[in-house]
Amino acid sequence: MPAPAFATRTDRDQLVIDSLTSSFGESVVSCQRITDMLVITVKKPVIHDVLKHCKEQLDFNFMTTMCGMHDADRDMLGLVFHLQSMRQGHRIRLKTETPMKDPVFPTFTDLWPTANWMEREAFDFFGLHFTGHPNLKRILNMEDFPAFPLRKDYPLEDQTREDKDDSYFGR
Amino acid sequence: MSNLVKPDYWKHDLVPGGEQKELNTLNLGPTHPATHGIFQNVLTLDGEVIQGTEQTIGYIHRAFEKLAERRPFYQIATITDRLNYCSSPINNMGWHMTVEKLCGIELPKRVEYMRVIAMELARIADHVVCNSVIGVDTGALTGFTYIYQQREKIYDIYEEICGARLTTNMGRIGGFERDFSPKCWELIRAFVKQFPAALQEFDNLLVRNRIFMDRTINCGSFPADRALAYGFTGPNLRACGVDYDVRVADPYSGYQDFDFIIPVGQNGDTYDRFMVRDQEMKESISIIKQALDKLDKLSDKKSFTADVPAWVLPPKEEVYNQMEALIWHFKIVMGEAAVPIGEVYHCVEGANGELGFYLVSDGGRTPARLHFRRPCYIYYQAYPEMIKGTMLSDAILTMSSMNVIAGELDA
Repeated sequence: MPAPAFATRTDRDQLVIDSLTSSFGESVVSCQRITDMLVITVKKPVIHDVLKHCKEQLDFNFMTTMCGMHDADRDMLGLVFHLQSMRQGHRIRLKTETPMKDPVFPTFTDLWPTANWMEREAFDFFGLHFTGHPNLKRILNMEDFPAFPLRKDYPLEDQTREDKDDSYFGR
Repeated sequence: MSNLVKPDYWKHDLVPGGEQKELNTLNLGPTHPATHGIFQNVLTLDGEVIQGTEQTIGYIHRAFEKLAERRPFYQIATITDRLNYCSSPINNMGWHMTVEKLCGIELPKRVEYMRVIAMELARIADHVVCNSVIGVDTGALTGFTYIYQQREKIYDIYEEICGARLTTNMGRIGGFERDFSPKCWELIRAFVKQFPAALQEFDNLLVRNRIFMDRTINCGSFPADRALAYGFTGPNLRACGVDYDVRVADPYSGYQDFDFIIPVGQNGDTYDRFMVRDQEMKESISIIKQALDKLDKLSDKKSFTADVPAWVLPPKEEVYNQMEALIWHFKIVMGEAAVPIGEVYHCVEGANGELGFYLVSDGGRTPARLHFRRPCYIYYQAYPEMIKGTMLSDAILTMSSMNVIAGELDA
């Protein structure tokens, strides 16, 4: 029989939830399964400790990816982490968010060096700052780029064009 | 030199007890013929030994994540082509599977196996490029000129499947755009039959070649723990000795039905990366053979899409002759299909690592957010650490053996 897929390890889900809620209490905002993965939302002040806990206590040895988010309706910037435990065959998604006025997180490069460029990407595209980052500057856009392009308020096209009606295209 | 003729300015210029040392700065790139793409590395050199590297990337950045926020799901497949353009079908299938996972679409076995064939062909094409270029960078051009023919044959198969060769846009959400033609099956079978001999010819030139081995063994080696910390995946991670492969760890598209080996290396050096890719090509051929056998045994000989009219375009003869089919066609292309609200992460074993798609849907016509986990982008940041203290010529070789594809790096 083939091994069960990573994300279907529901037995490990409860262990992770219990461990995080007992260690961080009310800082864990929500834990739920969305589509096929356990998604945990935590408050911003504990995010570094939660990741450290996941790495050291819960055997999540691998940071798969980290990316920024922008919720224009609520005026919030977010961070989304995908962690993975290769030994246990388990993946989780961790989320946290911060108001637009205070886009500062601690750096995660001390936990995983791979966070280095992911943080630079989040800085480049969302304007998130990471205190303690060794080299926080733009990575894919040019250095004097005037905006943070993946924020929802940054227009994709030249907004002075009048020959197109964007109302057909949702956002 | 005798004391008599020794000029006395020596006494003033030299630091007592040592010689003065100065580091050189060298721009490797952005357009350097040996880097196979647009990568800039500002090297600090002590003689020929690299002391430090400052990387600049983003020269072909095209803002795919922003573009994706304005495109219907159907039209994002063409963006994924341009990530790792050496193995576009894997990216295409990965994207289709992400949407299928979000919408809960289940595919018939036949379609899954057809996808496996397309993906493994793409893997072979990608590894052919990477391995032959390692040969070129060590000075062995011969292997490259012969094995590249095989890539042409794979591109002929792509052409038969989808009509394109490089940026394939192969398959659709819910399956394929059309069934593989009889000629296509014929080409696949012919390819599977003749490729092992061609690969053997390539191996004979390089694998036990003393010059190649001396040049690549212990060149750019990287320990497994650092590789994991840096988020390595794919052949680069397996060369370090970690047997992580998404096809086995988190099977998709029916990979759990196949029997294959994950080759791993030991030292994580250029030779190990070369050998892991070399063995993977052989495993890919075995997977394609198994898929062909399984397809022969399946009673289903016709289906090439899942039963999802909301996503699968109606046949062209109906579109041209019936109003309903035309409207339906238009609705699909314009992204009118209902998409559930939710978020999903799906990853496939791309030719150079775990290619992930993190898709957030707010129920709209386009994704609210789409993030690509591009393996190149993640492991290329370890390059300065890998080449520190090595020679400049080894740095070139290390880069080509890492299989960094500019399109994927810069997204």
